[in-house]
Amino acid sequence: MGLNRRVGLIQGLRYKGGSPMIAWILHRISGLGILVLVGFHVLASFFMQQTGSDLATNINIIYEFWAFQIVIAFLVLFHAMNGFRVAVQDLWPKTQMYQREALWLQWLVFAPVYGLTVFFLVQRGLSGG
Amino acid sequence: MHNRAIQPGFSLEYSMWIFTRLSGLGMILLGLIGITGAFIMGARTQMDLGTLMRWTFFPNPNHVINSEIPDVALGWATAFWQVMQMLLVILGVTHGFNGLRVVIEDYTGQSMWRPYVRGLIFLLWLFMLIIAGYVILAS
Repeated sequence: MGLNRRVGLIQGLRYKGGSPMIAWILHRISGLGILVLVGFHVLASFFMQQTGSDLATNINIIYEFWAFQIVIAFLVLFHAMNGFRVAVQDLWPKTQMYQREALWLQWLVFAPVYGLTVFFLVQRGLSGG
Repeated sequence: MHNRAIQPGFSLEYSMWIFTRLSGLGMILLGLIGITGAFIMGARTQMDLGTLMRWTFFPNPNHVINSEIPDVALGWATAFWQVMQMLLVILGVTHGFNGLRVVIEDYTGQSMWRPYVRGLIFLLWLFMLIIAGYVILAS
């Protein structure tokens, strides 16, 4: 890389990139999170199916726990919605003029969809589902 | 990237850039097909939200087996849903491991380790494709 990007953590946190930067870093974190969590889920499902391993079964029981699903739903929903916005804006570059507006719209859609998801997961979790 | 000339035709970066966007849109479409299919098969009265989410992300009959859904084998496990799962796995695993490669190379840049890291990610990609494909075909 020709660019010298020796930036420390504190400096990085003080960089005022605003909402596009937050979306970018959340997209990275959620993407890596999905890769790790789904990767272990696939492995656990394989061993549950093929060897009936107790460890694998217990891992998958955690994946079906409502609090865990709240986290997964955030990662997947955010990654899907932000990815959709990025893909559309990259395929039609003129819309990048309105990136901040698009981000506001994205959060406006995200809030009720994720809020309702959390509401129903918590409701079911607390009623002993 | 010391001399960043515009490359003619396709490079790995360009084709994966396109692939990431198209596969992302494709996976959203597959998710919509999954959630629609679940509702057609009676999710409105038979499923809780967690089960519906599991079917949307990955329409595998094992995903709904612990829920109180009657006749899990009927309708939930067909060739159609196996094709959907295969598409989702191929797009998802490739999208995910390419994303891992992009993030790693963003921080390591052009180093002597790059071919080894790429090789390791390639092996992990192949391994996960085989494991996930086996789970689909054996369930």
